[in-house]
Amino acid sequence: MTTTFDLNDDSVVVVIGTGAGGGTLANELAQKGIKVVSLEAGQWHEPQDFVQDEWASFGQLAWLDGRTTSGDWRVSDDFSGLPAWIVKSVGGSAVHWAGASLRFQDHEWKAKTSYGNVPGASLLDWPIDAAEMDPWYTKAEDKLHVTRTGDRPGLPGNNNFKVFEAGAKALGYENVNTGRMAIRSSDTGDGTPCQQMGFCFQGCKVAAKWSPSYDEIPAALDTGNAELRTQAHVLRIEHDDQGRVSGVVYSDAEGNEQLQKARVVALAGNSIESPRILLNSASNMFPDGLANSSGQVGRNYMRHMTGSVYAVFDQPVKMWRGTTMAGIITDEARHDPSRGFVGGYEMETLSLGLPFMAAFLDPGGWGREFTSALDGYENMAGMWLVGEDMPQETNRVSLNTDVQDQYGLPVPNVHFDDHPNDIAMRNHAYERGQAIYDAVGATRTFPTPPYPSTHNLGTNRMSENARDGVVNRWGQSHDIPNLFVSDGSQFTTGAAENPTLTIVALAIRQADHIASEMSAGNL
Amino acid sequence: MTATLKKTTQRGLTRRQLLTRAVAAGASFVVGTGFVAGRDAAWAMEVQHLQPESMATLVQMARDIYPHDHVGDKFYAAAVKGYDSDDDSDAIEAGIADLNAAARNAGYDSYLDIGWERDRVDILRGMESSPFFQQIRGGLVTGLYNQKDLWPLFGYEGESFSKGGYLNNGFDDITWV
Repeated sequence: MTTTFDLNDDSVVVVIGTGAGGGTLANELAQKGIKVVSLEAGQWHEPQDFVQDEWASFGQLAWLDGRTTSGDWRVSDDFSGLPAWIVKSVGGSAVHWAGASLRFQDHEWKAKTSYGNVPGASLLDWPIDAAEMDPWYTKAEDKLHVTRTGDRPGLPGNNNFKVFEAGAKALGYENVNTGRMAIRSSDTGDGTPCQQMGFCFQGCKVAAKWSPSYDEIPAALDTGNAELRTQAHVLRIEHDDQGRVSGVVYSDAEGNEQLQKARVVALAGNSIESPRILLNSASNMFPDGLANSSGQVGRNYMRHMTGSVYAVFDQPVKMWRGTTMAGIITDEARHDPSRGFVGGYEMETLSLGLPFMAAFLDPGGWGREFTSALDGYENMAGMWLVGEDMPQETNRVSLNTDVQDQYGLPVPNVHFDDHPNDIAMRNHAYERGQAIYDAVGATRTFPTPPYPSTHNLGTNRMSENARDGVVNRWGQSHDIPNLFVSDGSQFTTGAAENPTLTIVALAIRQADHIASEMSAGNL
Repeated sequence: MTATLKKTTQRGLTRRQLLTRAVAAGASFVVGTGFVAGRDAAWAMEVQHLQPESMATLVQMARDIYPHDHVGDKFYAAAVKGYDSDDDSDAIEAGIADLNAAARNAGYDSYLDIGWERDRVDILRGMESSPFFQQIRGGLVTGLYNQKDLWPLFGYEGESFSKGGYLNNGFDDITWV
């Protein structure tokens, strides 16, 4: 049975985006009997449609609409029109994600208190904490089949992991294992377990890795309470005379503008598109954009401190075999200012295929220094470094009125300058990563610069006080009670951990809140 | 793309015909009317818009930018073949002319006349920021490394779905750690 809702049905919750936040929220609401219309800019690709070919998959999945960049980050030089490597498809960037599912550490919910005054950083404590989030994390871990939580076993380690683990142990690291991954690790009758195919970034063809595309959205549709509209690209959110949101204007698959009325709107278009939609929804009543009385919409853009280390050995590794992110060292994730920076970072194995290695190992590089590295591709191991970056008010998504997209709307500009803390952390992480591989006999190591951002965070941040941020502890706009933000843009700070598990936990919690507020007649 | 190159050789010219109709261009190539080929005639490419010498120069330039000694010229030729088009050829000829002018300034007859890679690379370093160089280099990132029949030369195995992934097929077969 396919449920459809009338465009004029103003009793529905409209969820913008079907990724980790929006896809989870839509399903959780539908399971509670709430009527949901999900608007997704991309198409729906079934697992069998995913392509184990890096560039072909990039063409199939990546969000390639026009964007501009500025700031001193190297991505702005290397990939000036592609600030972020995220997905336009049902399931959003949780089609592409590697699956790492770590909880925030207690101190990370209180970043300002934990780190003190960091010059240039707009740090804030979250209005929620680890104790409050604990039960929601447990629900999220169960939903995502996270390994090494509950009674779920860890995944076996692949070749890339074995090199990583040996180096970590040689250096005395104590917390190294195959990670907490949202990848089915055993055959429990609920989906296919991991076949160690590699190509996690290209969409899992056996659907072993959790993704809203096949885990949440079909379940939502099965309830009969939800409708999914694909190739529905949201242009703006409308409001009524009382300043409450009343509907969402989108361009449909045929390019026609449609207005879907709404009782509640939940925005989950990722941290570039979500603030852009709010800014593009400016009106006489809200001249600076919706939900922007604080002026914080689009600001405090975070992308995690990132970098990679690849290393060549004198014997084969074949790192591409098996899960893309096959192991995690958490020892450096602690807050220990004696290292010269606040916050911490995770070290996670990573593999790129030859085509992407050529593009990302040293963007712009050429000549024998570059090609002799690729000559060692079969003998290469790799890791990704991901840590907490400092929010800065001037790092922001804004409207670039000089460039228009295919709908005639200003494209988003993504401005980012590294904070000195980010640089100090990256340099520390490079040194540690290279030391790990040197300890197992690397003949050459490569401190590889950041890729276009996969973790885009903070541009509609959560705050206790309305003056400091865009949404409250429920992800609800401080200004507009029936407008919610449900993606990583609500993050107050980024923590060291990959964000998806926290986005999902917040979405489950938010669905509970929306349902109870609707029952109470408050929404 | 490589298959097209081989086919051209088979259909158009025999190895003997090819070599008798061609003259040397640099150390690695021969050119004739409307074609460029490897000196061993292992591959040949018809050109319609570019001068054959210009295409030979482009292939050499591609190798000098991303030199892999275990990768044959046919892969580099395939990577730059697309520039032999109505849209691109004028700009490419202008870029090749600049490259040859820089070679003459350094005392050589042409870029292809330079015997040592390091001396050709010096010429390329001198024009590294030019739109021409960046166009060729940028195009090679996908044009060269995204050729599926090149991947085995680097040990890369490509897709694994058709063989059931690596779970029972060596995902953890490393022995030296």
